Amino acid sequence: MNFPILSAVTFLPLIGSIFILLIRDSSEKAINNTKYVAIFTSFANFFLAIFLWFCFDTSTADFQFIENKQWVRGYFNFRFGIDGISILFILLTTFITPLCILSVINSVKERVKEFLIALLVMETLMIGVFCSLDLVLFYLFFEGGLIPMFLIIGIWGGPRRVYSAFKFFLFTLLGSVLLLIAVISIYWITGTTDITQLLEIKIPKEYQYLLWLAFFSSFAVKLPMWPVHTWLPDAHVEAPTAGSVILAAILLKMAGYGFIRFSIGLFPVASDFFTPLIFLLSIIAIVYTSLVALMQEDIKKLIAYSSVAHMGFVTVGIFTLTKQGLEGSIIQMISHGLISAALFLCVGVVYDRIHSRMISSYGGLAHITPKYAVMFMIFTLAAVGLPGTSGFVGEILILMGAFQKNILVAVLASSGVIFSAAYMLWLYKRVFFGKINNNELKKIYDLNKTEIFILSSLAFLTLFFGFYPDPLFRTIDISVSELIKNYEMNLAFYLTEAAK
Amino acid sequence: MEYAIVFLPLIGAIVSGFFGKITGDRFSEIFTSFLVSISTILSFVVFYFVVVQGYANNITIYSWITSGDLKVNWSIKIDALSSTMLVVVGIVSSLVHIYSIGYMVHDDCKTRFMSYLSLFTFAMLTLVTSDNFFQLFFGWEGVGLCSYLLIGFWYKKPSANAAAIKAFIVNRVGDFGFALGIFLIFYYFGTVNYSEVFAQIPFIVGKQINFLGIETNVITLICLLLFIGCMGKSAQIFLHTWLPDAMEGPTPVSALIHAATMVTAGVFLVVRCSPIFEYSQFALNFVCIVGMTTAFITATIALVQNDIKRIIAYSTCSQLGYMFFAAGIGAYHVAMFHLFTHAFFKALLFLGSGSVIHSFKNEQDIRLMGGVWKKIPYTWILMLIGTLALTGFPFLSGYYSKDAIIEFAYLKNSTIGFYVVFIGILTAIFTSIYSWRLFFKTFHGKYSNEKIIIENIHESPMIMLAPLILLAVGAIGSGYLFKDLFIGYGSSGEFWRNSILFLNPIINDHPPIWIILITPLLIMISIPISYYLFLKDKKILTKFVQSHKQVYEFLLNKWYFDELYDFIFVKPIKRLGLIFWKHGDIKTIDQFGPDGFAKLVKFFSNKAVQFQNGYIYHYAFVMLVGFSILLTYLILI
Repeated sequence: MNFPILSAVTFLPLIGSIFILLIRDSSEKAINNTKYVAIFTSFANFFLAIFLWFCFDTSTADFQFIENKQWVRGYFNFRFGIDGISILFILLTTFITPLCILSVINSVKERVKEFLIALLVMETLMIGVFCSLDLVLFYLFFEGGLIPMFLIIGIWGGPRRVYSAFKFFLFTLLGSVLLLIAVISIYWITGTTDITQLLEIKIPKEYQYLLWLAFFSSFAVKLPMWPVHTWLPDAHVEAPTAGSVILAAILLKMAGYGFIRFSIGLFPVASDFFTPLIFLLSIIAIVYTSLVALMQEDIKKLIAYSSVAHMGFVTVGIFTLTKQGLEGSIIQMISHGLISAALFLCVGVVYDRIHSRMISSYGGLAHITPKYAVMFMIFTLAAVGLPGTSGFVGEILILMGAFQKNILVAVLASSGVIFSAAYMLWLYKRVFFGKINNNELKKIYDLNKTEIFILSSLAFLTLFFGFYPDPLFRTIDISVSELIKNYEMNLAFYLTEAAK
Repeated sequence: MEYAIVFLPLIGAIVSGFFGKITGDRFSEIFTSFLVSISTILSFVVFYFVVVQGYANNITIYSWITSGDLKVNWSIKIDALSSTMLVVVGIVSSLVHIYSIGYMVHDDCKTRFMSYLSLFTFAMLTLVTSDNFFQLFFGWEGVGLCSYLLIGFWYKKPSANAAAIKAFIVNRVGDFGFALGIFLIFYYFGTVNYSEVFAQIPFIVGKQINFLGIETNVITLICLLLFIGCMGKSAQIFLHTWLPDAMEGPTPVSALIHAATMVTAGVFLVVRCSPIFEYSQFALNFVCIVGMTTAFITATIALVQNDIKRIIAYSTCSQLGYMFFAAGIGAYHVAMFHLFTHAFFKALLFLGSGSVIHSFKNEQDIRLMGGVWKKIPYTWILMLIGTLALTGFPFLSGYYSKDAIIEFAYLKNSTIGFYVVFIGILTAIFTSIYSWRLFFKTFHGKYSNEKIIIENIHESPMIMLAPLILLAVGAIGSGYLFKDLFIGYGSSGEFWRNSILFLNPIINDHPPIWIILITPLLIMISIPISYYLFLKDKKILTKFVQSHKQVYEFLLNKWYFDELYDFIFVKPIKRLGLIFWKHGDIKTIDQFGPDGFAKLVKFFSNKAVQFQNGYIYHYAFVMLVGFSILLTYLILI
């Protein structure tokens, strides 16, 4: 196929945002037009991505739909391509963005146009991350995402938005700098930044450790792992709903994707060497942040901390390097993308109505807003990892993989399952059950049609993949097998080399 | 047909849950009850085929999870064990559905209630018909979810919400062990399907594993981990605290979930995994000891409680203990038989007490009842049947199953067997005493409720009594009728076939006559004694309580389990969470991380700013210093 479908998926939102930019009028009609353009481009992009999935060949682990253009002559190229792992993230991104746009249109009142532009640009950058087959290109997309996010938090955020935006920027910048240095040194060592070539080249062992650490520092901040997670709760709390959704659903997943694609693919020896470190930090993340989540008074903060715990599962799964663990991690990321997005949207619903995120200002909502209560319940249970939701499939596979690698890690990580039940159900109880004590709640109204559409489509997928995750498994199956095979081959190669 | 059995309740749940508002209360009540009843009738048909023809089937619906070696299907497995469970679940569930129509008549959320009940039935059916550990886990947590939803059904009541969360989390602790058990199974066998796992078990006998630094036998470890799950679900000692609290839910729920079906899932699992448990004497002994401890401790607590439902709840724990120690001595079929009979009489007792509570306008304290047996004669006689069956009065259902356990234990002729006999008989006496205490205090003596005048006490409507009558028939006859099928001579070959594995042949000797007679005799003697103590001459008891105040308090406070857990787990965990948050995140990571960094930069930039003050002599001075340093450096080199 000659049609550059990946570029189309990636840059369609950008084109949409340019169109919006061109609408220079502040009349109601013009604003409506911007909304339609945004909705149209994002949904069109989603269907384009579905079409991409449809054309995707699940019987090979090679990169597909490859596009190669000269960019900086003789140095690096503009290279796109996807495999079974990246396509799922593209689908997730193109699915979540339209929902975000709908929620923005539904609830944001100020500077809607600019917000929509930021979201569309964000989408392009995020999809670019998952398509890139060149390290420099990857770096540009990966770090470029910082800017729209920084703006979204800083402009449409809550009262402490500037502090949070800077904290977010400071943390992630720390990682970026190191990542950039690592990218440059890889070019210096191997003479290429083409990922397909890099996966073939065996980077000398002595370089691997430092390079791995540089990549790790960037991914660990983004993921986020303990102890560099503290920017996340603040960013979430201050970010507007759509910002939180993008952040939790997709931005965090870029780091997980980075671990799978680069840390494991490029530096097998170092990955093997640092696995205990990853396990240690992940276990701390799971137990520590679960306990912190338990004591939160702010709904958004609670969900933010729970995200950290859930991403802790992901890193455990990735570095078990077993089929179950890796597939579990990917599914967990997709599922967490759906669930955390839904939970933040749910918080946004009540925040729009009475402008409070404090758990204590709610209570007894089940009486007044039954539909909302049902939706929130579904996502609560999915976050708890109840069988029949997609959360279960990911978690159980990760733990299964971990058990094969290290029983202690599996046992400690499993304890997170108890804690998640505790903090989520306690949250639910305090928000929805009991008597109505806050008079302001009396004027709260149930979900409107847009909200029902957004939340029920997320709920549908959460349950669908809980009962029938086969489409996901089929897509990633070969790619993950190949990844593990390569990893083991590389590791064996380095070992025999060391023996000589 | 198998599809219909499992999925009809799900359809009911979905229709009633999502379209209840449109279709109306009455429709959803009848619709769900009808579908569950159909499913029950079909279960009977299946059960009949299993009994008569030895029918067995294993249907694969579709593939659920496929990841590397792990292949899990949604499935329906029919054999003797699952068909027995289908019948138990079906009967109780359909009767509870019908009963609820009457019981919930004053409630606003009938459709939601019926939907939850049907959803529970569906989850329970998937649990028992599973052919692998994953689907079992699905059902296992699914019933836990429904239990959570139904306990907290009256969500305006804070105590109900607390109880619901407690039930879910305590069960999660059990599930944690259960999940680890499944991981271990997969680790060793590379599969989670029963048949494949069971086939490989004999080959790993004697294999050791290092589990968290402890060297143990693999099979024993698998059994113990799975059993932790059973302890949670079946409310065995240490994880039993949620069950009495679960009585906050509506009474039909207590009958269905917390007496007859869900709580017996643990027993079902042990029996289902008999091919694993049989190979670990240690695990069997552990099951036995946990069962005995639970049976005894919860029976002692039941002696002094005052809430009618809590007494029956503790009694349930205690009876589940019986089932476990029956399984622990290798008498899985007797455990299943007791599970079967227990479902009838315990559901009867719960629904009967529901009828009492309904008559008393939601009063549950037996100290505020009494003397109403003439007012509610049907309930009275039904409760009488239930009580007799529970205590094991001759020729009612409890008699056959409970005595069979004690006899089997005796014939085992081992130390643990004799312990079982001793605890079994002792607990039987306690059971008898607390049951009669409940019965006499509720129906006889002086009427002692000041809020409701006795004239206002009315019998419950027919729609509530009819299911009770059917259950009463079961409570009377199920023991006698099914004795031969379940535990009779050769039942293991003819009925159970390969659904239960008996490594050692079952002993079919006759125990000495005294062991057969002792329990019924003691139980019959205890009736007049309780009558005397609780009705005729209450002073003896009052005096006894006063002289043994501490023991009484100890029992009344349920051995202080809740307080202990609060002290050991709940409070420290909350405190730890606060410390991690306030001191870990805010005071350490942020202070030394971004904030510290920002401060550092600010500090240096402030210092740097001071240099640029515009005074030429400052600049000259700095230049001079710099120049001299440079000079020194050059000279030294």
